[in-house]
Amino acid sequence: MNLNRMYALSIRHLYLIKGSFPRILDLIYWPTIQIILWGFISKFFTMYSDYYTNTVGVILSCAILYDFLFRSSISFNMLFLEEIWSRNFTNLFVAPLKISEIIIALTCTALLRTLIGIVPAVLLMSPLFGVSIVDMGPSLILLFLSLYVFGITLGVLVTSGLLRFGPSFENTAWSSLFLLAPLGCVYYPLSILPDWLQIISKFLPLVYIFEEARSILVNNIVNYENIINALLLNIIYFSIAVGVFYYSFYGARKKGTLVNMGE
Amino acid sequence: MSIELKNLNKNYEKFKAVKNLDFKIETGSIIGLLGPNGCGKTTTIGMILGLIKPTSGEILVRGKNVEIEKNRIEVLEKMNFISPYVELPKKLTVRENLIVYGKMYEVKNLKNKINNLIDELHLGEFEKKKTGELSSGQKNRVSLAKSLINSPEILLLDEPTASLDPDTGDYIRSYIENYAKKNNTTILLASHNMNEVERLCSKVMMMKGGKIIDEGTCKDLIIKHGRLNLEETFLKIIRE
Repeated sequence: MNLNRMYALSIRHLYLIKGSFPRILDLIYWPTIQIILWGFISKFFTMYSDYYTNTVGVILSCAILYDFLFRSSISFNMLFLEEIWSRNFTNLFVAPLKISEIIIALTCTALLRTLIGIVPAVLLMSPLFGVSIVDMGPSLILLFLSLYVFGITLGVLVTSGLLRFGPSFENTAWSSLFLLAPLGCVYYPLSILPDWLQIISKFLPLVYIFEEARSILVNNIVNYENIINALLLNIIYFSIAVGVFYYSFYGARKKGTLVNMGE
Repeated sequence: MSIELKNLNKNYEKFKAVKNLDFKIETGSIIGLLGPNGCGKTTTIGMILGLIKPTSGEILVRGKNVEIEKNRIEVLEKMNFISPYVELPKKLTVRENLIVYGKMYEVKNLKNKINNLIDELHLGEFEKKKTGELSSGQKNRVSLAKSLINSPEILLLDEPTASLDPDTGDYIRSYIENYAKKNNTTILLASHNMNEVERLCSKVMMMKGGKIIDEGTCKDLIIKHGRLNLEETFLKIIRE
């Protein structure tokens, strides 16, 4: 055993952490998010332990819905990251592809990628736990649509960051959704959040989607106001995200990152 | 298709990467862009390809300003590019990669086009192999096939034979030479390989510090600087 050699290997990684603020932030980020998310879940179950008593599968259904959102966003990001990792990125941007064509192609491919991942999980729910998300009825389609649009919106925003700042923005791709989990009220109602956080959360379509999902699963009531709110917010955010993508492309051309992407 | 650069500049904040480039490449000619690392060759090629936005000046391809989005897309349909720093997706087979890019460039009779390229560039024995599993010489030939998939009228070649063994390098050079003659292709070649430049280029532009500091035919430059070959001439010019 040689201490110097082991020390050398350790400081190689310490230098990396010391020289990269995003890496330090990343180390702090995950435990903080976990604590916040599970803190609110624990608070909810402590205060309303009988809320889900007669409703089997509410948490499981919400988990599936949240995973659908997660998969759609990550799928979009992954399609873009794959091009960076394979160093094929520049080839795409010297092909006669319009920005709108890139966004539409990735959006459609991301849907396919998401479905490949989520359909087996949905099918397994029933034999394993006796719960079927399909029981939510036709409004489930609207919830999935809303989640998909929001997932793609996040994907477009993260991809804009990748375009503008290069692969160093990659960590954001992985962490963006986890930030929204506590605020999106996936596993508990909006009322469990402190008042000031409720105000922020109401700007997220997720709150309306998951409130609606619980309304259907627990009370068997479809509240179209929630669905409309979610869709309207989604349209606004998606339009902003597309604008940001165009702006990032312009910025990347100005900065020259399209040539050196992946290096 | 001709390429014309008019008083082209590119600044990265305070650093001036390209300064007042002004030249025209006539249709069907092969022009060499030479210079030390960091002299602005890749930035110049990047600007012609629309990957980098010039700080000022104009790039006209067949008289059309490529900074206008509609023109950029139109020009890219007739242009292609090869660089050792850009690769094709490694997990796709050679044929799959060519199909993807053929569709992207809307190539007509794609199957025939791919078969021809596979024959001409001798890719047949590994067309079903994943691109990532190929040797660098084989990958280079596949990249060349991709760059010819749309039968480009303009080819931008950034060190097309870098890191290749002499035999493969010679093969690629011969292919490019014949292809350009046969199709009247306009080529801008950035290279550190002086033999390659002497063999392929009708004219050479020497870049240093973002500017063109000398230009002419290889023969004229060698005579002008009193050297025996282009490599010695290059060294003299960039060290002055």
